[in-house]
Amino acid sequence: MRGVIAKIFFLIFISLPFVSRAEGVDVKEVVLGHIGDSYDWHITTIGEKHISIPLPVIVRGHNGEWHCFSSGHLHHSHDGYEGFIVAHDGLYAGKLVEILPDGTQYRPLDLSITKTVAGLFINCIVLLLIVMGVARRYRGDTPTSKAKGGFAGMVEVIITFVVEEVVKPCIGKNWAKFAPFLLTVFFFILVNNLMGLIPLFPAGANVTGNITITMVLALSSFVAINAFGSKHYWKDIFWPDVPTWLKVPVPLMPAIEFVGIFTKPFSLMIRLFANIMAGHAVILILTCIVFATAEMGAAVNGSMSVVAVFLAIFMNCLELMVAFLQAFVFTMLSSVFIGFAQMEGEHAAHEVEEKHREKQ
Amino acid sequence: MGLLQPEMGLLFWMCLAFGIVLFVLCKWGFPVIVKSLEERRNYIDSSIEAAKEAEEKLKKITETSQALIESAEAQKQQILRDIAKERERIVSEAKEKAELEGARIISEAKRAAEVEREDILREARSQISTIAIAICERLLRGELADKERQKELAGRLLDELENDNTRN
Repeated sequence: MRGVIAKIFFLIFISLPFVSRAEGVDVKEVVLGHIGDSYDWHITTIGEKHISIPLPVIVRGHNGEWHCFSSGHLHHSHDGYEGFIVAHDGLYAGKLVEILPDGTQYRPLDLSITKTVAGLFINCIVLLLIVMGVARRYRGDTPTSKAKGGFAGMVEVIITFVVEEVVKPCIGKNWAKFAPFLLTVFFFILVNNLMGLIPLFPAGANVTGNITITMVLALSSFVAINAFGSKHYWKDIFWPDVPTWLKVPVPLMPAIEFVGIFTKPFSLMIRLFANIMAGHAVILILTCIVFATAEMGAAVNGSMSVVAVFLAIFMNCLELMVAFLQAFVFTMLSSVFIGFAQMEGEHAAHEVEEKHREKQ
Repeated sequence: MGLLQPEMGLLFWMCLAFGIVLFVLCKWGFPVIVKSLEERRNYIDSSIEAAKEAEEKLKKITETSQALIESAEAQKQQILRDIAKERERIVSEAKEKAELEGARIISEAKRAAEVEREDILREARSQISTIAIAICERLLRGELADKERQKELAGRLLDELENDNTRN
């Protein structure tokens, strides 16, 4: 049986060079096109025909007028639609620009539902359905209610893991105040990561691999950390326990600590963005090897395809882990930072640090 | 780098979408689940605690009941021993009494037999003496039919008496 499957795979790989088109594939465009944003949701191309889902374009022109139309119009005419066109190169490459009467490009206020926004909406709906569906089963529970099975049970395991292993040990006694926020962040990132790994519409948009998305997430963490900071936390920033000459007359340590307030969420933002973006890029590049080697003959293309497919399978498995790991890391670091901001007293910080180290 | 540049439109939609998700999930989503889980957890913890206590109590109860059973057993043994002793005492007492009684009865019977014997002997003696006297009378009557024989007899009797006296 295993031999038969191997043979079938082998035949598929051998025949690939004849199936794939002999013309070269612009790998860079494919990869950056996926990682970046676009005004329509491209699904596939058969021959010369692009199959994509048009998305609404919402822009405010230079004269303050709002324009709202389907992105399908942008492809049909070369001079753009209602004066708007997707710039091919220049400062606004890939973005919608308005061609002013004098011929210059003007970047309007662009609130279009792009591919990333559409993916974000779909993922948000999935997330809401999952969590609210599970929450409905827990409504009106008494302590003696039976443990839930099935999907709710699975989600419960994840929630318990996040609460017991991350939120409680990192934050301490105020954990209940932050648990819903941290759980929301965790599940938001997890759902978006996992949806990004499914290659077919309506999943497959690169949402958490977009810096704007991670920026908002990091900002929410920033607010959660600093808006509820204790007196001790602020004192540690502006008057830390270091030799006085480090604080007066040049406030060296306070300056470092103050910058630290911003670098913490900044690192969260970059880490999540870079991990997910790189994962998408690597899988796409590995897949593109199959097509990029098409011109090099059947032998090279066949063997490279085998290697590329196996590597892509491996990377997909790795990305499954990364999807969970990054959600976990973002949540855990947010919890740790919130925990620091919640600290009261002198040795509290030490205790949490030690606890954390023990856990690791 | 276009990738590292936040996009205004996306920023707007992300703030909106994430804000709504955050609001909904923080208000109606996770608190319900977390509260339920926490309550169940506390309930399980307290149940385990209660079970532990109950087990301890049961252990104590078993111990006391064991002790009770043991002491009851000891009492039973003591009582049995006492009963055995009592029985022995009673039996030996009864035996003693019976022996005494028997001895008494025997001695009484002996005494009665003695008296009886003495009576019999006395009777016999008197009868014998009567018979002897009668026989003697007959004999004497026959012997003493003539004077010679009377004298001879008297002389023999005297000799005999003398012999008796000298012997004594």
